[in-house]
Amino acid sequence: MKKSHIYIILVIGIAIAIIISTAGDASTYVNFDQAYQMAAAGNKASIHVVGELKKDEHGQVTGLEETPDHVSCTFILVDDQQKEQKVFYNQPIPPDMTKSEKVVVIGKYQNDLFIADKILLKCPSKYQEQKLKASL
Amino acid sequence: MIHYFIGNLGHACVIASFVSALAAAFSYWKSKQAPDSFRQEEWRKTARATFWIHAAAVLGIAISLFVIIGHHYFEYHYAYSYSDTKLQTYYLISTFWNGQEGSFLLWMFWHAVIGLVLMYTQRNWEAPVMIVFTLVQAFLASMILGVVLPGIDLKLGSSPFILLREAMADPIFQANPNFIPSEGQGLNPLLQNYWMVIHPPTLFLGFAATLVPFAFVVAGLWQRQYRDWIKPALPWSLFAGAVLGLGILMGGYWAYETLNFGGYWNWDPVENAVYVPWLVLVASIHTMITYKNSETALKASMILVVSVFILILYSTFLTRSGILGDASVHSFTDLGLSGQLFVYMMFFLLAAVALLVIRWKEIPTSEKEISVYSREFWIFAGATALCLMGFQVLLPTSFPVINKVLGLIGIDSKMATPGNQVAYYSNIQIWFAIVVALLSGTGQFFWWKRMDKSKLKAEMLAPVLITLILWAIVIAGARIYQPSYLLLSLAGLYIIVSSANVLRSVIKVNRSLAGGALAHIGVGLMLVGILFSAGYSRIVSLNNSGIAISNDLPDDFNRENLLLFLNEPRGMAGYDIEYKGERIEPRSGSGYIKKNDVYWTDDVFRVVAKKDILINGNLRYRQGDTIEVRPENTYYEIQMKKEGKLAATLYPRTQINPDMGGFLASPDIKRNPDRDIYTHVSNMMNPQAEPDWRKQDDQRVKLGQEFFANDYVAVMESISRLEELEGVELGAEDVAVKARIRVEGEYEPFYAEPIFVIKDRTPGVISSEIPDLGIRLTLVNIHPETSEFTIGLSQRQKNWVVIKAVEKPFINVLWLGTGVLMMGFFMAMIRRFREFRQISKA
Repeated sequence: MKKSHIYIILVIGIAIAIIISTAGDASTYVNFDQAYQMAAAGNKASIHVVGELKKDEHGQVTGLEETPDHVSCTFILVDDQQKEQKVFYNQPIPPDMTKSEKVVVIGKYQNDLFIADKILLKCPSKYQEQKLKASL
Repeated sequence: MIHYFIGNLGHACVIASFVSALAAAFSYWKSKQAPDSFRQEEWRKTARATFWIHAAAVLGIAISLFVIIGHHYFEYHYAYSYSDTKLQTYYLISTFWNGQEGSFLLWMFWHAVIGLVLMYTQRNWEAPVMIVFTLVQAFLASMILGVVLPGIDLKLGSSPFILLREAMADPIFQANPNFIPSEGQGLNPLLQNYWMVIHPPTLFLGFAATLVPFAFVVAGLWQRQYRDWIKPALPWSLFAGAVLGLGILMGGYWAYETLNFGGYWNWDPVENAVYVPWLVLVASIHTMITYKNSETALKASMILVVSVFILILYSTFLTRSGILGDASVHSFTDLGLSGQLFVYMMFFLLAAVALLVIRWKEIPTSEKEISVYSREFWIFAGATALCLMGFQVLLPTSFPVINKVLGLIGIDSKMATPGNQVAYYSNIQIWFAIVVALLSGTGQFFWWKRMDKSKLKAEMLAPVLITLILWAIVIAGARIYQPSYLLLSLAGLYIIVSSANVLRSVIKVNRSLAGGALAHIGVGLMLVGILFSAGYSRIVSLNNSGIAISNDLPDDFNRENLLLFLNEPRGMAGYDIEYKGERIEPRSGSGYIKKNDVYWTDDVFRVVAKKDILINGNLRYRQGDTIEVRPENTYYEIQMKKEGKLAATLYPRTQINPDMGGFLASPDIKRNPDRDIYTHVSNMMNPQAEPDWRKQDDQRVKLGQEFFANDYVAVMESISRLEELEGVELGAEDVAVKARIRVEGEYEPFYAEPIFVIKDRTPGVISSEIPDLGIRLTLVNIHPETSEFTIGLSQRQKNWVVIKAVEKPFINVLWLGTGVLMMGFFMAMIRRFREFRQISKA
């Protein structure tokens, strides 16, 4: 066997190791019920849940509240199983929050409250906005 | 009136650029196929003329778009969505690439410029290289074509020249199709930053430059000139490496200055999508150099050069197709172009792979085994490590794509990157960085001469000893204990010392060869800078008062943040820091204005000066002047003093945007040679909420008599009768009296002017607030019989702000390393361009 073959095998080995460790450490997208069960089973890993903010009949976001000190907020997220969950986020309300179509929360359950370490917002691009701003 | 002409002109230019790109490709192809040199030359002339037309069309698109933005033609969707009339010229320029169409256009523009350069410098390669170029241009032009193919109802591209009424279904357009909004939505204030003016063009120039080596390798394979493509391609690879690297670092620097996540790198998919191609690009530069010197690694070079370009396309696909939507904060949403982007990527991927496979057997290989004592071995190992390093980032970044692909074959995959991305990537990347640094540090010894065992030992002895001594000093000084940090500091120092060793010998011989050694020193410095600034960053805004800022807040927030009341000094990181109040920013010119010195008008963009305003000791505004300001930004002046002397004044910023439902904090940085103190506002008074006033306290005073107002000495200086009162109609029987009260603040006197009115026999009061002191004075009553006045005093909490400050040691070593790396890149590039020129002359 030539040295170059050994080299190639080595490289492939490292690549496979990367794939295994990456896939092993990966988090997953779940819904709130699954997340709750994971937490109940003692799984401490942080997980992703995708959902939408709860809206009232007029399409206004409801349940989005900021603490009096302006530094953290809670909101109600509805996942794809239509389960509503109160989420605590240890940051002020992020920009564009109310405009978001979808919210991804990354964190874990603490008792019945979902504590988000991080949230990602998927906002409609300006192309999908169909109303002119009131400032005209 | 709607300006149809300019939009139609722009759109016509887009179509012309698309058609001319295809026509140029065809002409070059004909020139390649022509049987005799006369017809070759004829076709070449046609092709060149066509490419000139193409370049002119691209310029035409850019100019049309600039005219629309610059003249504020808000009937166009692009101008309405990304600009407004208040933007300064240089931000109007960044509006240009704020939308996806504009960034495609920017990319095309650079391709056109580079294409023109290549057309006149690559005599032998012109036709095949330009065919690749023009095909890429055709694909890019199709992205902004905005044409619906008749019959199959397929929309090709998204045009930047669509009218607002075509993009939005607002009912107003049914009532009045010619309606033009008077104001645009403006540029995202976060992007109103000088880095955002120069970062995108730099990045896209880097993107565009990676096409050159790709075009050469494709041309080389196609023309069976397997060896010759490297020489002309290498300088361009170096150029791409330098510019792309610079672009990435500019983005990092912008994040450091503007965002408050506390660092320059966040492993966001958008960042990863350019980091990975850059790593592979650097690897390809190394294998190309190896080939030039020893005829090895030719196949590897070809594969890597192709990979770089495909990765650039892939990164465009990731960020522009909307597929990252759930994974990234700032990825673009889908413009409906994902299919087109996918076709674009697959076309070039499959074409390049097919070409490689067909020609594979013909590509010359070197049969000799690589010795461990050869330079090639170390370079090749380093390049491999770089590629694996990229692979480790690429894989998790591609999770959304992998999920989708697995979904197509029926496997339900929901992989996501872990919540703590920084730890996830950094903990593995650090080991790759160690390996790469050790390999390239060792590789330096082989730079000069052939080595064998005994020679190597002799050469390595001194640098290794110096490295170890430096290392001992560093770990003792910085108290490094963590194994990965120990090794990274060793590897970083090793590469610096061994490259400096090479630099020393190279400079004696020929200064123009120093690029490589310099670049490696730069990398070493960057590694050391990253290690300290990230690994040893320390929160210095520790709350040692024992009193929680607020019980609403989590414990760690209370512990790691400082509550500063106005004019009350606190200690932090060896400095006395003092909050001096809220400032606003004039729209033109530098400096800040005290909020106390102005009052707001009905137009939120304008304020009026209450008194003469000095900025940096110069009179800038007279009392009564109207000043244009940026109302969304508030700055918090914080003075840092050391032993009584002013060391720095920081202006961390918050950007309030009710429309966006929140506030964004941007840091200000106290830069010391050995450490940055990075400070941002973590909590502040809600400017919209009415403060809680405590119960009013009344006291009787005489004119000129001193009294206490919330611990401040106050005196009623004068009282005057008002003939007119804004907002109140004064009749003959009515009386309005204004008192002028001076309150001695800590540093300057403040004035309050409360008003007492009797209108229609009913008394009324208009209170006057001194926001900086947190007091409100009211003239409650007048007692003519004793010449006394009743003054009402209310207090509220003093103005305050909560800050978080992080110390980042030796971050300047990172910036210094960046500069050295760039210098190395450019020197190496100049050297290779010269080499290439000499060959083409000979």
